[in-house]
Amino acid sequence: MAFNYDEYLRINKMPTLWCWGCGDGVILKAFIRAVDKLGINKDDLCVVSGIGCSGRFSSYLDTNTVHTTHGRTIAYATGIKLANPDKHVVCVAGDGDALAIGGNHTIHGCRRNIDITLILINNFIYGLTNSQTSPTTPRGFWSVTMKQGNIDPTFNGCKLAEAAGASFVAREKVSEPKKMEKVIAAALQHKGFSFVEILSNCHINLGRKNKMADAMENLAWIDSITVSKKKYDAMSEEERVNLLPTGILKQDTEAEEYCDMYGKLKEVYQGKREKFTPADFKKVI
Amino acid sequence: MAREVISSGNDLAAKAAVDAGCMFFGGYPITPSSEVMHTISDLLPKVGGASIQMEDEIAGVCAAIGASMSGVRSMTATSGPGISLKAENLGLAQMAEVPLVVVNVMRGGPSTGLPTRVSQGDVAQAKNPSHGDYKSITVCAGNLEECYTETVRAFNLADRFMQPVIVLLDETIGHMHGKAVLPDVEEVKAGIKLRKTFDGPPEEYKPYGVAQDEPAVLNPMFKGYRYHFTGLHHDAMGFPTEEIETCRKLIDRLFQKVDAHRDELESNEEFMLDDADILLIGYGSASLAIKEAIVRLRDEGIKAGLFRPITLWPSPEERMYELGQKFDKVLSVELNQGQYLEEIQRAMGRKDIQKLTKTNGRPFSPQDIIDKVKEVF
Repeated sequence: MAFNYDEYLRINKMPTLWCWGCGDGVILKAFIRAVDKLGINKDDLCVVSGIGCSGRFSSYLDTNTVHTTHGRTIAYATGIKLANPDKHVVCVAGDGDALAIGGNHTIHGCRRNIDITLILINNFIYGLTNSQTSPTTPRGFWSVTMKQGNIDPTFNGCKLAEAAGASFVAREKVSEPKKMEKVIAAALQHKGFSFVEILSNCHINLGRKNKMADAMENLAWIDSITVSKKKYDAMSEEERVNLLPTGILKQDTEAEEYCDMYGKLKEVYQGKREKFTPADFKKVI
Repeated sequence: MAREVISSGNDLAAKAAVDAGCMFFGGYPITPSSEVMHTISDLLPKVGGASIQMEDEIAGVCAAIGASMSGVRSMTATSGPGISLKAENLGLAQMAEVPLVVVNVMRGGPSTGLPTRVSQGDVAQAKNPSHGDYKSITVCAGNLEECYTETVRAFNLADRFMQPVIVLLDETIGHMHGKAVLPDVEEVKAGIKLRKTFDGPPEEYKPYGVAQDEPAVLNPMFKGYRYHFTGLHHDAMGFPTEEIETCRKLIDRLFQKVDAHRDELESNEEFMLDDADILLIGYGSASLAIKEAIVRLRDEGIKAGLFRPITLWPSPEERMYELGQKFDKVLSVELNQGQYLEEIQRAMGRKDIQKLTKTNGRPFSPQDIIDKVKEVF
C-alpha cells in the first residue's frame, strides 16, 4: 500500500510554492517517512527553517514549526532544544542559509554537538531570489551575479561540518529517495549534531542557464558529481577531484552531546556533583 | 516587606530576571553589560534553567527568542552595538509576537564608541531597532532599585503584550554598586503574570485570531497546539499570507494592542514638581544628578522640579502635554544630543524647550545642571 503522508502534512497548504519538479517536495516526503518510521510523535517535534525555497519546508508540516530569519535556524533551534532537551529539533536550511549568511551558526552548532538535525538542501544556487551565486555554486557555472562564469571557490559543507565537530555527517541526493529517508532517520536517531546535506535540483534557476533546464538533466548532473562513500574511499586523490561522496560520512557516538553536558552542569550547580576540570574530558583542546 | 541588598545594576537585572521566572538566557559578551551574563549564568542552572553564551550577538537573541517561542520566559542582555546586530530578529519577535526581555546597558556610540563609558545614546534606537512598522515598549531604570523592579516589570509586560520589552540601563547605573531596597522575592513571584494560553480544543485554537486591540495568544510548543511562527505577514494560524485585509489588520493590531492599553504601560516619577517654577525632564542615571541639582537649587531659592519618564516608549505624551501647558521654563537633560527632546517637543507641541546634552562619555554632575538652569532661566 502506498504511504499516506496526510497525517504529517498541512493539507490545506497544498499545493506547495515550489516549482514543478523541485527536489524540495521529495525531501519533504523522505523526511515524513523517516519521522513515521521512527514513531516520533508530531507533538514532540519542532521543525525550524530559514529563508529561501527551503524556508517554506516547515510550514507544510503539521508539527511545531518556526520560519526564522535568513541564516538563523540553528541559533533559534539551539534555544528551543536547550530549553526542551527531550524534544526532537530539526533545522532545514538552504546552501545560502546555512553556509553563507548563517555559516557562523552552522560552525558553532557543529562545535557544540547539540542534538539538532540539520537538513541542508544544497541546490547550488540562490533559487528563490533568481540565480545569484551561492557558496556551493560550481566554478565556471553561470549565475546572475557571475554571468561570465562563477569564479568564487566553493564550500564542501560536509567537510566543514566534520572539521567543526558535528558527530554525524552525511550526504545524499534527491534522486535516491529511499537512501535519503534512511540517512535522515539515522540522523534523527543520532544523539548529537547531525549534518545531512541533500543535493537537490533547481532546474529553473540553476539549470536554465547551465544546460540542464529539465529536472532530469539537473538530477543527471548531480549523479555525475556523486559517488558512494565506499567507492570514494577506494579512489585515488586524483580520481576524487570534482566528486562528492554520498552516504554516512561520519558517525561518532562517543562525543558528548551539549544538552547532556548542560544537564550535568545543572547538577554541579545543584550540589549533586563536582565541578568540571580538564580531567573530566578526553579531548581538552 | 522589603529587603536591603548590596549589589550592582547589572547584577540586579540578572537577579530580577530569575526571581521573575526567567528560565533561559542567550547572550554574547559586550561591555558594559557582560556582568548580566556573568551573574545569570550562575543563577539559571541552579533553578533548572539554562544560560548559553552564543557565537555572536545575533545568535544570542535568536536562541532567546527560540526558547521563548517554546514557552519559556527568556532574556538577552547587550549594549548598543549588540542591539544593532540583534535588530532584525527583534523585528521577528515583534512580528511573530514573541515575548522577550532585552537589557541594553548603554555606552557611548555610534559604532564601537566609548565601550566603558556612559551614554543615553540608544533611546531613539530603542523606539525602532528593526525595520518596519511596529510599536516598541521600552523602560528605563533610574536607580539601583529599578534595575531590579523594572526588569521584573519588563517580563510581565512582555507576556502581557507579547513582544520584546527593552530595559535601558546605562554604564553608570549598570556598574553602580551600592545599597538597594528591593521587594521580597515572594512578592515578586506573586506578581508574575504569565502570557495567556488557550485551553480549548486545538481545532478551535487561532493564535493570531484575536481582537484588534489584543496581542496573540501563543501556547507553548509540544502541547498539541500546532501552529506556525513566521516573520512574514501571517494569518490567524500564523501561516504566510498576502491577503490584503489580513495584512492590514495585522500591522494595525501591532499598534493597537499597545496604544489601547497605554495606561498599563505608563510609569513616571515626579520629584518636587508641585510647587516648582522650572521643569526639568530627564531619565535614567541622569536623573540622579538632576535630583541633586534640584535640592541644591532650592537651597538657593530656585524652585525646580523633575519629571522622569520610566516607560520611555510609548512616551507619556498626555502628561508631558499637561506639563508643557503648566510650565513656561522647561529644560531637557540627557546624555545624548537630544533624542528624547524631539519626543518632548512633539508631546508638548512646543519648540522653546531648553536642552542640556552631553556626549563625551562622562555623566552629568549636579553642577552642570545648576549652571545650565542659571544660564537659560
